[in-house]
Amino acid sequence: MSGRTEGGTRARRFCSSSRAADAPMTRALALLRRRLVGSVFVLLIVVIGTFLLLEAAPGDAVDAYIVSTGGDAGMIELLRHRWGLDQSELARLANYLWALLHLDLGQSVTFSRPIRDVILERLPNTLLLMVSATALSFGLGSALGIYAGARPGSLRDRFLSIGSLALYAVPGFWLGLALIIVFAVGLRWLPIGGIETLASDKTGLDRAADIGIHLVLPVSALGFIYLALYLRMMRAGMAEVWRQDFVLAVRARGLSRRRIVLAHVARNALLPLVTMLGLQSAQMLGGSVVIESVFSVPGLGRLAQEAVASRDTPLLLGIILVSAVLVIAINLLVDIAYAFLDPRVGASEAGA
Amino acid sequence: MSGFTISRRKMLAGSAMLLASTAMPISGWAQTPKKGGRLVLAADSEPRNLNPAIVASNGVFFISSKIVETLAEASFDGKDGLAPRLAVSWEGAPDGLSATFKLRDGVKWHDGKPFTSADVAFSALHIWKPLQNLGRTVFKDLAAVDTPDDLTAVFKFAKPTPFQLIRNALPALSSVVPKHIYEVGKIEDNPANNAPIGTGPFKFDEYKPGQYYRLTKNTDYWGKDEPYLDEIIYQVLPDRTSAASALEAGEIQLAAFSAVPLADLDRISKVPGLKVITKGYEGLTYQLVVEINHRRKELADLKVRQAIAHAIDKDFVVKTVFLGYAATATGPVPKNDPQFYTANVPTYPFDVAKANALLDEAGYKKGADGKRFSLKLLPAPYFNETKQFGDYLRQALAAIGIDAQLVNNDSAAHIKAVYTDHAFDLAVGPPVFRGDPAISTTILMQSGIPDGVPFSNQGGYKNDALDALITKASETLDTSARTDLYKEFQKEVAADLPLINVAEWSFISVARDTVGNIANNPRWAVSNWADTYLES
Repeated sequence: MSGRTEGGTRARRFCSSSRAADAPMTRALALLRRRLVGSVFVLLIVVIGTFLLLEAAPGDAVDAYIVSTGGDAGMIELLRHRWGLDQSELARLANYLWALLHLDLGQSVTFSRPIRDVILERLPNTLLLMVSATALSFGLGSALGIYAGARPGSLRDRFLSIGSLALYAVPGFWLGLALIIVFAVGLRWLPIGGIETLASDKTGLDRAADIGIHLVLPVSALGFIYLALYLRMMRAGMAEVWRQDFVLAVRARGLSRRRIVLAHVARNALLPLVTMLGLQSAQMLGGSVVIESVFSVPGLGRLAQEAVASRDTPLLLGIILVSAVLVIAINLLVDIAYAFLDPRVGASEAGA
Repeated sequence: MSGFTISRRKMLAGSAMLLASTAMPISGWAQTPKKGGRLVLAADSEPRNLNPAIVASNGVFFISSKIVETLAEASFDGKDGLAPRLAVSWEGAPDGLSATFKLRDGVKWHDGKPFTSADVAFSALHIWKPLQNLGRTVFKDLAAVDTPDDLTAVFKFAKPTPFQLIRNALPALSSVVPKHIYEVGKIEDNPANNAPIGTGPFKFDEYKPGQYYRLTKNTDYWGKDEPYLDEIIYQVLPDRTSAASALEAGEIQLAAFSAVPLADLDRISKVPGLKVITKGYEGLTYQLVVEINHRRKELADLKVRQAIAHAIDKDFVVKTVFLGYAATATGPVPKNDPQFYTANVPTYPFDVAKANALLDEAGYKKGADGKRFSLKLLPAPYFNETKQFGDYLRQALAAIGIDAQLVNNDSAAHIKAVYTDHAFDLAVGPPVFRGDPAISTTILMQSGIPDGVPFSNQGGYKNDALDALITKASETLDTSARTDLYKEFQKEVAADLPLINVAEWSFISVARDTVGNIANNPRWAVSNWADTYLES
């Protein structure tokens, strides 16, 4: 959600900042300053919006809790009081924002623990999953895109295009289940889920390898879906570049085809993919909800789902806040990378 | 119990299942238990509070019943259906004002301190009565617990309390926690609620949120040679399909509480090395009921309620929704209850013509579009089966000209809509029968319950005769007189239909052949597993 708005304003921001100075470093710093101020407002809107949305959902944390326990009127009243649910919505929102000002995310109703701890426990798993899946989809996707785009219209191009489209059309949970059935249940090559072997007491490199093995299937399930996106973008970008005059020029200079493809065509088609990387990070977080459930990965996505089901408002607010910060930070990094990668953007816009 | 088995066997799918499970090589079932090993099993939820003395629910028991023990456990062949645990004998006074428990000698808490009657007194007075979800009702008249010596606890009641009720409540409501841990600070905030300390065969070791719980063997356990297992690991598997996959892949050895969906059982029973077990849940019966909002004028008419009862094909529901793993219901006490059940109640055979005639008689003629009136139908989302039955009920009602609009909510929203806001006409609910109608069954029909109490009469139903019967039964001390009153109660409920009981079901376990001593008591999944073992 926020990713889209960020992307939309990117062009304008570049335009004004590039006029002030041409050096990429200065532009990046100006961007950073401006973005940080804007981010505070974005976060505030996200927090208040989520709070109101959750309040609008019928039933509160106590309703969700008594599903599994039952209880009489006295017990229910006691619980509402203990969890502060007998206060007005406004009072609770004010309390939350006040605590947030002191960088306190509050206490989780479901876990009876500080939300900061609950989130920090899960965040690394989600980050690991996201970063690996992004690396897979971006790396393999753009490589295959270059391979397909090197000879537009060829057999391999068509094959890859259709194949990637098919992968893109497959729902994430289905791909995940299919991978489990084939590789974990059928062949028994890989574990069916989890982030590491249960209660194995492994440490150091052993543990890292163990986590790596456990990540293979979820990362593939999540990564393969977005792979198609990068592949097709790369291919489409290259198809456009091929038609440009400079390609004719480098061809006339007698460069090898490999050189033309890699150094000129692919390189020029790569930039939109970097933008996509930023935008995709938000969607990737969304996709991880499903993948984390299917593969029993104790991550932020699954936690968010549990927080919604148990109406743990402060916990969900905490997760949304952390996710929003994450998405904003990634987009900021992408923009800064842009400022360094593509001097052309600033230059041409300054002249326009 | 026998009624449940017989009616289940009538079902084709059920009997096929039984055949399949008995035909499998069941090597080792009668062998002597082996020591050692790690049992890994599926857990589908992570209870926030693991103290079974505060939260008496199956989700909590599933894990904590191995750590914290009750005074007595349910048993297939024990006297009054009980087997001794922390108590070795129990007796109620004829006046219903006291009950005496003799406690087991030589029992130690996991921290090494001795278990005494002071712990029982503390748990009963300071936890069960004021804090426990079920105990607040059953132990409401508990005034004091005398401890004449370390191994005797005498419960004193302010009002005569039927000992039959107390006895029936023991397996679920009497978890004893250590006084020396809980007497300091607020009980609800005690860290032991998340890392329980008990007297059970297993000690709480660690909990990795989102991943697993680890319990390890209590080497000082009072049971001779028990426990057999070294470790129990509960692997958290939130996705409903993953338990079946994990079993097939050999990563877990047991999935209890129907973690493997009914639809997968047929396939999984054919996997070599896996067995499907339908026993071991007889004391945890869930009831499929249609809850009725009597504030709707149409539904306040008995003829309309009778028509709805006649419109439901219970056999079809058992066969199609539960794939045979259930029994049809006749009234508010399940057929498998050994003490209270009576079949001698008015019944409502599936009869669409009769249902239509009853509705015509009631004055709700079909309109030009074939519809008589519309209703809001809210199926509880907690089980696949309650949702599927909602779909079926909508069709069954359409056949008699009642237009039911399905409203699907998540759990929290459903609880609020039905039990607080009363924003329903019909709802599908799964109340639990807990071995005695006074624990959580009569509350479904009794009037005068405040708004917001879940799994209670929130349909505005009021029947003075039934209320009087419920009150009388709750005060009757003589066991057989009390039982008769509850038989009367079943008759009255089936006649007046404050709600409609459709079916009764329990859960299914799937396990590796190597897991021994499964399902050897009626609450097996939530019992202490001291005798569970693994063949190598």
